[in-house]
Amino acid sequence: MTWTSPVAFATLLVVAPLLPGVATKTRALLTGRRGPPVLQLYWDVGKLLRKGLVYSTTTTWLFRLAPVVVVATALLAASVIPLDGRGALVSFTGDLVAFAYLLALGRFMLVLGGLDTGSSFEGMGASREVTFSSFTEPALFLCFAGLTLATRGLSLTGMLGSPLAAAWPAAAPSLAMIGVSLFLVLLAEASRVPVDDPATHLELTMIHEVIVLDHSGPDFALILYASALKLALFGALLVGVLVPRARLPGPAAIAVLALGLLVVAVLVGIVESSMARLRLSRVPQFLIAASVLASLAVILLLMT
Amino acid sequence: MLFALVMLPAVGALGAYALRGGTRGAVAYRTAWLVGVAALHVLLVADAWLDPPEPVLHGWLALDALGLVVLTTVSGLFAVVTVSALGYLRHENPRGGRAFTSCLLAFLASASLVSISHHLALLWVGMEATTLALAPLIFHRHNRRSLEAVWKYLVLSSVGIALALFGTFFLATAQADAGAAARPLVLEDLVAGASRLHPAWLKAAFVFLLAGYGTKLGLAPMHTWKPDTYGEAPALVGALMAGGLTSCAFLGLARATEVAMAAGQGPFVQPPLIAFGLSSLAVAAAFIIGQTDVKRLLAYSSVEHAGLLVLGLGLGGVGAYGSVLHLINNALVKGLLFLAVGNVVLATGTATAASLGGLLRGLPASGVLLLVGLFAVTGSPPFGPFVSEFTILRAAMGGGHLWIAAVMVTLLAVSFIGLAVMILDIVYRPAPANRDPPLRSGPESGWLVAGPVALGLGVLALGLVIPRPLQALLSLAASALGGAAP
Amino acid sequence: MQRAADSLLLLVILTNFLVLGTTRLSTCIRAVAWQGALLGLLSLALSSTWSVHAVGLAAGTVIVKAIALPRFLAWAIREASVRREVEPRVGFVASLLLGVLAVFVAAAIAERLPVRGAHPVLLLPASLASVIIGLQVLCTRAKAVTQVVGYLVLENGIFLFGLTLIDQVPFLLEVGVLLDIFVGVFIMGIVVFHINREFDSLDSARLTALKE
Repeated sequence: MTWTSPVAFATLLVVAPLLPGVATKTRALLTGRRGPPVLQLYWDVGKLLRKGLVYSTTTTWLFRLAPVVVVATALLAASVIPLDGRGALVSFTGDLVAFAYLLALGRFMLVLGGLDTGSSFEGMGASREVTFSSFTEPALFLCFAGLTLATRGLSLTGMLGSPLAAAWPAAAPSLAMIGVSLFLVLLAEASRVPVDDPATHLELTMIHEVIVLDHSGPDFALILYASALKLALFGALLVGVLVPRARLPGPAAIAVLALGLLVVAVLVGIVESSMARLRLSRVPQFLIAASVLASLAVILLLMT
Repeated sequence: MLFALVMLPAVGALGAYALRGGTRGAVAYRTAWLVGVAALHVLLVADAWLDPPEPVLHGWLALDALGLVVLTTVSGLFAVVTVSALGYLRHENPRGGRAFTSCLLAFLASASLVSISHHLALLWVGMEATTLALAPLIFHRHNRRSLEAVWKYLVLSSVGIALALFGTFFLATAQADAGAAARPLVLEDLVAGASRLHPAWLKAAFVFLLAGYGTKLGLAPMHTWKPDTYGEAPALVGALMAGGLTSCAFLGLARATEVAMAAGQGPFVQPPLIAFGLSSLAVAAAFIIGQTDVKRLLAYSSVEHAGLLVLGLGLGGVGAYGSVLHLINNALVKGLLFLAVGNVVLATGTATAASLGGLLRGLPASGVLLLVGLFAVTGSPPFGPFVSEFTILRAAMGGGHLWIAAVMVTLLAVSFIGLAVMILDIVYRPAPANRDPPLRSGPESGWLVAGPVALGLGVLALGLVIPRPLQALLSLAASALGGAAP
Repeated sequence: MQRAADSLLLLVILTNFLVLGTTRLSTCIRAVAWQGALLGLLSLALSSTWSVHAVGLAAGTVIVKAIALPRFLAWAIREASVRREVEPRVGFVASLLLGVLAVFVAAAIAERLPVRGAHPVLLLPASLASVIIGLQVLCTRAKAVTQVVGYLVLENGIFLFGLTLIDQVPFLLEVGVLLDIFVGVFIMGIVVFHINREFDSLDSARLTALKE
């Protein structure tokens, strides 16, 4: 593990809150508005850290634990991805399963925290969140399966590192489909249009927003930071698949990572501005499309 | 000369469509044109019997024994049907019968193409053309029920034909190994180079060809279009379909079997053929019992006979001879039955058995013809189908498949009971008294009766003696299919 | 050329999924139109020399499959004041999953059947997958127009396989096949038009008067 891995890790942590800002700004610009400043999330997190905490009397230690676990799992999951294109902070065989399950643990705690408030509001959001994640998990694992077939690695470092650069020329169509599938998974996991609209606060349409409605102060700051980090995580995965950086020198790889994340955020903004949120009954179809693309890529890789 | 067999009816179709108008004069002209073209076609076929034509177009068009049998059957049946058409179009001719006559002739042209084509893709084109030519004929009455019937027919037939095309393509791929000198998809070269055909592709090709042409033939479980179509189409069209279309579809399947047998894939090919044959017999027997509509009854009988044809093909040996003979018998008998039923429907306006009755008294000619047809179609001696069905039975018993023979006889008996119940009922039971409008009765038009009578005599003749030239032809056809003459 | 053919074949499979997963009737027809255009491009990509024969076939394919037939189908549904939603008997999610199964089965069968000559690996699987998915659409869709779309997808799959035989099956027959398909779909379209007029709907599940 060279010096590039911790630096890339730090870069990701710092750049993460910028991404939702960029996405929202892009969306606003494309729809003819000026939109909030790009650095808004930084100011929001700073403001919330200085505020006091309010806890409902119905909540228990779960509610207090939830934000911490969410951020912790997101950070741990980030440590498994080879952010500099060569090696991750931590890597071992099968760490892709750890990645998926860490994120699942974070989501689980978030949902438990929401249910802990005893409000039916949060319960509704929780059930939706869990349903949709049951569709994104297969898609994610199918993408990983495709990457494993292409690169013969069983660890994220192996899958997104130098073997991927070698595999690109031959397996380009499959990897492109895996990239599209990952983008769709990103839209779902980061609670973006067309799965969930971050700008809406109508009770019938909220999913992620409604689960975290009762958190306040530093807890809410952690939650906001964690959701930005999740967007950055999947963005980093996407950049890792589409732009293999193994042959680039250290600083260049990190710069490309940052640039790639910004491009992904802009793409998200473009998608958000051009589509409306899907009807809740249609969201499974959308997510199945991600699985279908990934499984087509897998079948293609199995044939060649 | 082979070109003429196809071009004559094709030009005839165009000519029948050219004249517009629905006046009586126009109708009369069209029917005369129809009969004229049909008669010329029969003369051409007779000439082919006396003076066998040479293959043309690099062997794409040629007339072998099996093709000549099918061609003769279709041409003869068509000529008889046009005689009945003379009487039919006088009574019922929506829109002047313009589409009717031209589509009939188009059907004759495409059926001739199927019989003389030795290039399997050209054969496919002919089959597709028969499908398309028949669609407007089924839709003749332009009412809700015929719309439904033609839709089901189109969807199922198109899917079947598409699968048959897929099989034809697979066959061409199987032949790719056979060397550059072989003409692709030409029957002679396929059979000659059969040992060099790629087995996997050949088997896949046969599966798709069986599914595709089997749908056109009306084998169970792809038979579901038959009852609706035969029920709603005019009886003339039903006669042509049951006799002509079935023969053409059987020819397509027989060509596929020919190639497969020549390549030594007999053991792979025969079980599915026998299975489809027996299942068609079973399904037909099951649905014939309790049937309420006469034309649908005949449709299921057609499914039964299609099953017999395929069963004979699958049994091999003498069964192939029996199948080819049964092809002729089936066409004659179905023509007889459908034309007789057509007369009944024309006179009474209904095909539901409950509303019919007393045919022996009201419509004596048709009643007698129905009785004759009943005994013929169920395989009673001295009619033709008895001979062919017995030959197929012999093949079943001779090959050691006694259970097949037993099942076949049982199912044929069940069908006989079902058919007899309905036909004897409508012929003998007095007509329902409170019918409104009352059953039209009386002497029937000569034109409408002459055709079925001729077919009945033909069936009787074939049951008593098979002429020597026909026997020779049937033996040639049977040996090409991997069988033998009795 | 080979790489282009591979990408085109992949797009053909993806348009099949578009037909399976879309809820709008007009998108269904547009997907089939795109498929036709892709097939025309493929016939150019797969022929070793761009002879008059190959170019003519490609042009004919595009005209018939990508322009004429979809336009005709769009006319047929426009005449109907029909609900523009596809109404499948099997849910969309299940349809998409069955589609993936179809691709898998097609790939498995293609392993057993070796295609001679230098053809892209994806050709036979794409062809078989289109055939199976076409049959699936035919069986699971209730509207008459979507059944015609399923038939078109089926024919596209068969045509795709026929492209391997360009040298063996000459021009005349290709024209004959194309013409047959055209006339067939044309007649189907007319019937659909009549169905709409008679039944005030394009739901073939309503065609139940004839039974047993």
